[in-house]
Amino acid sequence: MPVGVKDIVATRGVPTTAGSRILEGWRPPYDATVVERMRAAGLVMLGKTNLDEFAMGSSTEYSAYGPTYNPWDLTRIPGGSGGGSAAALAAYEAPLTVGTDTGGSIRQPGAVTGTVGAKPTYGGTSRYGLVAFSSSLDTPGPCARTVEDAALLHAVLAGHDPRDSTSIPQPVPDVVGAARLGATGDLTGVRLGLVREFGAEGAEPGVMAAFRDGLDALTKLGAEVVEVSCPHFQYALPAYYLIAPSECSSNLARFDGVRYGLRVGDDGQKAIEEVMSLTREAGFGPEVKRRVIIGTYALSSGYYDAYYGQAQKVRTLITRDFTAAFEQVDVLVSPTTPFVAFPLGSRTSDPYQMYLADLYTIPTNLYGGPAISVPCGLSEGLPVGFQIMAPTLADDRMYRVAAALESAVGTLTPGELS
Amino acid sequence: MAAISREEVAHLARLSRLAVSEEEIDVFAGQLDVILQAVARVGEVVAEDIPPTSHSVPLTNVLRDDVEVPCLTPEEALAGAPDVEEGRFRVPRILEEEA
Repeated sequence: MPVGVKDIVATRGVPTTAGSRILEGWRPPYDATVVERMRAAGLVMLGKTNLDEFAMGSSTEYSAYGPTYNPWDLTRIPGGSGGGSAAALAAYEAPLTVGTDTGGSIRQPGAVTGTVGAKPTYGGTSRYGLVAFSSSLDTPGPCARTVEDAALLHAVLAGHDPRDSTSIPQPVPDVVGAARLGATGDLTGVRLGLVREFGAEGAEPGVMAAFRDGLDALTKLGAEVVEVSCPHFQYALPAYYLIAPSECSSNLARFDGVRYGLRVGDDGQKAIEEVMSLTREAGFGPEVKRRVIIGTYALSSGYYDAYYGQAQKVRTLITRDFTAAFEQVDVLVSPTTPFVAFPLGSRTSDPYQMYLADLYTIPTNLYGGPAISVPCGLSEGLPVGFQIMAPTLADDRMYRVAAALESAVGTLTPGELS
Repeated sequence: MAAISREEVAHLARLSRLAVSEEEIDVFAGQLDVILQAVARVGEVVAEDIPPTSHSVPLTNVLRDDVEVPCLTPEEALAGAPDVEEGRFRVPRILEEEA
């Protein structure tokens, strides 16, 4: 079974760029744990897939090697950061791909390409061999065309890894069994939580309509819908865009032009600090530079408490919102992203507009639980994703509900390919 | 009032070891101001007594037995380096020229 691997996952002897010029031509001397596991399971690596530089972006337009196009409409973005992994599935170039999800980089591309993308519980899949972006959030996971395929790949990728200090030493939930159970189309007794605060945040009308259709389909299968309140979710996006850049500014310090990758300006005269600055200036793209600068700012003395420290407290409150909600319901549901695939170039000049693509996916990352995006229909001829969020280590629950939805609404294939 | 000035952007870029151009500083100053004004909303939350969360896995002191395990050879570790000399990473000048 061939599999595509997001190019931020280390593959031994095969170039791994992370979508950045600074790693052009670098060949890792080892495999990431998830790659090792796939090889052991007999999966064959088909190739590496494109991404926003260091997985920072929501459109794959920030790749140093050029954009990826959405197979549904080549003038539109395939989502990001894992646009390559999702587009390869939608275009039938690969049956399975691996992504990484820090703020929605598996789910949002899945949503806008009409494919399935699952973010496992943080610590459920190993980070060993991922080029680190935001270590407290980065989670590798499966991308596929069907829920059962995603579950089968999930089962291969997941499990405790002693080489990752935040890997959870617990058995992997039976995600494949849960997907097969869900596919029978019976959700009697399953309670779905609708987050009240998401309603006010304003998804496109067509996205809301497709999401409502998905919700109706699930209630016809026996599920009950309960409105829940998560009052701190409105602060998830601001908290994330402090925490992730802070961690990235620290993680990306390793790209210093000494141990791997690019070195610029070493003429025998310039001191190391100047060579480092010229190397990073030439090797990083604009979004990476913006985030490194924001992270450096948020971590500076004098600003630390107001920005990074406060964001970490908000993270605690968001976790409490999830915990309280899961006392009332089995899973939370929402659209995956507020809008369908947008035209290339329409959000690159205003970085904050790009960040809004992750409005519904980010709370889960801050909490650490699992979430999946599964197609629920079309809006203006473009795919809409339905997100199911589950409690930490209850990855099986989201697969059950996702498979049930898939059994009711079917899978999606771009018109020209069907 | 702007959350961040052009001078602050230039200073942060220096701290971040980014040799940004004057033109980039102009673009970034405006963009970073929009972003920082938006993310500053975390300050609206009353959270004095709330403990911070650094990551979601409640683990401390993950240890393993002190046993030898295979690791990279020096050749493998150096293979991706931009400059190597006598089996070591070669770095640019780290000291000022002597007067």
